Amino acid sequence: MALMNMAKSINLALFEAMERDERVIVMGEDVGPDEGVFRITEGLFHKFGEKRVLDTPLAESGIVGTAIGMAMYGMKPVCEIQFSGFDYYSFHQLECHASRFRNRTRGRLSVPMVMRAPYGGGIRALEHHSESREAIYAHTPGLKVVIPSGPRNARALLHSAIQDPDPVIYYEPKAIYRLFKEEVPEKMETLPIGQSNIVKEGKDLTIISYGASLRAALEAVELLEEEDGVKAELIDLLTIAPLDATLIVESIKKTGRAVIVHEGPRTCGLGAEVVARVNEAAFLYLEAPIRRVTGFDTPIPYFSKERFYLPDAERVVAACRETLSF
Amino acid sequence: MTNYVKYPLKAKPNSVQQSLKVVTAMPRKPIELPQIEYMSILDEDAVVDKALEPKIAEEELKNIYRYMLLARRTDERMLMMQRQGRLGTFPQSSGHEAISMGSCIHLKKSDWHVPAYRELAGLLYRGWSIDSTLLYWNGFEEGARPPEGVNDLPVCVPIASQLLHAAGIGMGMNLRGEKGVVMTYFGDGASSEGDTHEAMNFAAVYQAPVVFMCLNNQYAISVPLSKQMRNATLAQRAIAYGMPGIRVDGNDVLAVYVAAKEAVERARAGEGPTLIEGLTYRFTPHTTADDPKRYRSEEECNLWTKREPLNRFKKYLLNKGVYTEAQLTALEEELDAEIKAAIARTEAAAVSEELSNPLAMFDYLYADMPPYLNEQREELKSHLEKQKAKAGKSPQHASGTAR
Repeated sequence: MALMNMAKSINLALFEAMERDERVIVMGEDVGPDEGVFRITEGLFHKFGEKRVLDTPLAESGIVGTAIGMAMYGMKPVCEIQFSGFDYYSFHQLECHASRFRNRTRGRLSVPMVMRAPYGGGIRALEHHSESREAIYAHTPGLKVVIPSGPRNARALLHSAIQDPDPVIYYEPKAIYRLFKEEVPEKMETLPIGQSNIVKEGKDLTIISYGASLRAALEAVELLEEEDGVKAELIDLLTIAPLDATLIVESIKKTGRAVIVHEGPRTCGLGAEVVARVNEAAFLYLEAPIRRVTGFDTPIPYFSKERFYLPDAERVVAACRETLSF
Repeated sequence: MTNYVKYPLKAKPNSVQQSLKVVTAMPRKPIELPQIEYMSILDEDAVVDKALEPKIAEEELKNIYRYMLLARRTDERMLMMQRQGRLGTFPQSSGHEAISMGSCIHLKKSDWHVPAYRELAGLLYRGWSIDSTLLYWNGFEEGARPPEGVNDLPVCVPIASQLLHAAGIGMGMNLRGEKGVVMTYFGDGASSEGDTHEAMNFAAVYQAPVVFMCLNNQYAISVPLSKQMRNATLAQRAIAYGMPGIRVDGNDVLAVYVAAKEAVERARAGEGPTLIEGLTYRFTPHTTADDPKRYRSEEECNLWTKREPLNRFKKYLLNKGVYTEAQLTALEEELDAEIKAAIARTEAAAVSEELSNPLAMFDYLYADMPPYLNEQREELKSHLEKQKAKAGKSPQHASGTAR
């Protein structure tokens, strides 16, 4: 076991994956000698050299498009888009190609690649550096989307993403890169894609979240217990596509009430999908409408106001109380 | 029978297209292509090439220097403020003043200025206040609102994407039969983006009056030019698009001035776009969050820092008698006072009722606010009011203002 933050554990996963499988290569802008703007590729260039750690020209579509080519050629590219705010340049390649080759070629070709990108607000970043647009990818058939929430699951999920036979979007909540440390086991571990996790068991209400918002949800769970004596169950989605609602449904059958928390915009966000799944599978168990605590349907404000946009514990607690008193 | 409509091609075929006609008749021979020139007029020791020296009116020379200096001093002050936590992460513009001012000085107010993010000198010259720059890099959307009276787009962070807007504005001018010029900026890193190719090709095909100014500062964050492209110059890409291209010393404001003047004249005369590559160096970090020691040597940086544009232009103006030392000192003091006043104004404005109101995030998204958005606005408003009431009871939970 070693204590480390999430930036370090993602770095560790890359290091381990490159060591055990020579098909794995890392590519992106500034991932070489600079070791990535968030230093996620620290030590990789030094250890594996320029044939496995590629500093690419500044072109996101180029990065993802050539990664698709390499993946079909038999390699396992892990590409880094420097900030998720710029992955729209490469969206075309993901939507039209990465997500479709297996289907179009009736299984003859596949695209086992990973696109990593830091996403989300909370670090006082420049314009276009704080978006949470995971729903766009979750909405794209053929892609898988995973979002870690801490050092241990970040490392395990990245291994699963790299080993997956299909393209995986690995979104990194950058606000928690260095927020806290966790024990990460010595032995390499994976975490099945499509599996969510009960972070804390409870009986009165279910809170569903993922990524950096999980911190606000966790804080809310504690506040509710302290101030209201409410025992909330907290679920961390970890994979947002393909979304497995089994745990959520089971939990709601027990609690009858739910609040979903994410920082992406509300309309057509993950919260909407969760509500639909619950309606389909556990409608008669609901005691109250499911509430969504999310980013608003505006671009995330530039950083002087971003904290008003991002869900915080106070907003989560308020929504939970409304749900509980419905 | 289909009636084919012959496309009324007004633009004359250019030399490359003409030479291709000949090629089809020949088995194998080199295609003649235009040559790419390099131009430098004022070298790093402020020695001027008399034959190439442009005749610039004294007032204009002073104007160019004033805004180059104002940008430099503002940039330096902003760095200090950022280090003190009074400003967010920002990309420094120091070293890029010659490309910015040498080009946008040729614009009329009605022309269009489409910046990337290292053209502070040009922005200030075009009428953007120091305040707006300070606000923008401190996380306020209000800093991106262009001033009245000029046609400027705000700073553009997503690399190269602004070039297509510039091409589109130029195409619009042609479609409407209106006269004007679009001056747009991008870096060597941006040259790798697909948008750059698309913008130049569109501008060339539609003969849009666009001047593409490349700030080739040799680094895209850590990635050096050699990892960005294999061509000897960026300017030579102009040949591929069928437009004139030139590389100039981007630290020499006179060379930029001459090349940009020619390009603007061509654009005004309906002769389409031009690519100008200004070779310079980013002697600062990429942004305040970057550490260049990781990817380049101090020797290299020192060598290029000596070539920076402001000092040689200052010497040129002194040698020419445009300014005396005393006048320059007075100018520096005047500009520093302007900057100081702007900082004081902006820091007061940042905590004002108007600028610290988060509800503004809803107000400008659509011309008419949709009902669901109004509901979300009310939701945040009531949350803030509750917070405020709670803060009144227990001050440690005070929600505070913008900072």
